[in-house]
Amino acid sequence: MTIPLNAYLIVAGLLFAIGFYGVLLRRNTLVIYMCLELMLNASTLALVAFSRFNGTADGNTFVFFIITVAAAEVAVGLAIIVQLFRQRQTVQVEELNALRN
Amino acid sequence: MSAFLFYLFATLTLGSALLVVLNRNAVSAAMSLFLAFIGMAGLFVLLEAYFLALLQVMVYAGAVVVIFVFIVMLLDVDKLPRQRLDKLSKVAATLAFALMVTGVFWLFNKEQFTAPALPAEATGAVLKTYGRQLFTTYLLPMQVTGFLLLSAMIGVIVISKKSALAATEETQ
Repeated sequence: MTIPLNAYLIVAGLLFAIGFYGVLLRRNTLVIYMCLELMLNASTLALVAFSRFNGTADGNTFVFFIITVAAAEVAVGLAIIVQLFRQRQTVQVEELNALRN
Repeated sequence: MSAFLFYLFATLTLGSALLVVLNRNAVSAAMSLFLAFIGMAGLFVLLEAYFLALLQVMVYAGAVVVIFVFIVMLLDVDKLPRQRLDKLSKVAATLAFALMVTGVFWLFNKEQFTAPALPAEATGAVLKTYGRQLFTTYLLPMQVTGFLLLSAMIGVIVISKKSALAATEETQ
């Protein structure tokens, strides 16, 4: 194994930064949600890398749970977005300002 | 060889992730997301987490992306009027992104760790290890996760159902 841990951490960090950039930059709720998934995946990658370089497989089991929770989270989030679209006829965050005074 | 594969998958992941952010079309963004997840699965294989790579392809590249594409098609979001982002937010977002990237390189470009050899029980029968861990050490988290999935399912059904008020309004 020639790839050092830091290479994986840099990839994970960059992936997190890209997802963060997307959350800040995009105005479509669906795309923001995709970028959130990217950020979640970045943390998963860091966890797998740490687990591998720690020499145990316990971290991988945790990633298994993370993937399960993320799948549930996607289902609930998208259901909320669909319901939001039904009520407001839009998914652009600029127009969802009911709480702004 | 593994260095080449690492750079290949890392480029695939990061490039597709950038495309997700920069693509104007929501369906293309979802397709780029698919590619990014495939790249992540490749990185998992390089980290010798074969089962997780399989799960990544099945759950993320399969289920999650399909749900995203489904919702994008259902809502037809690309036809909706879009608002231009004002310049200040754009500059602020790019600045934050640049800050994070510099932070990442500043943090992780120091000492280098090399991987120790995995113990035999971790490399050998991979699925067997997972199964044993899930049903002995991590039995409680396993059951909590199952309950979470059940509550998520019920929650989605409740959210997706039309409310009684809206149903009565429609019939009138």
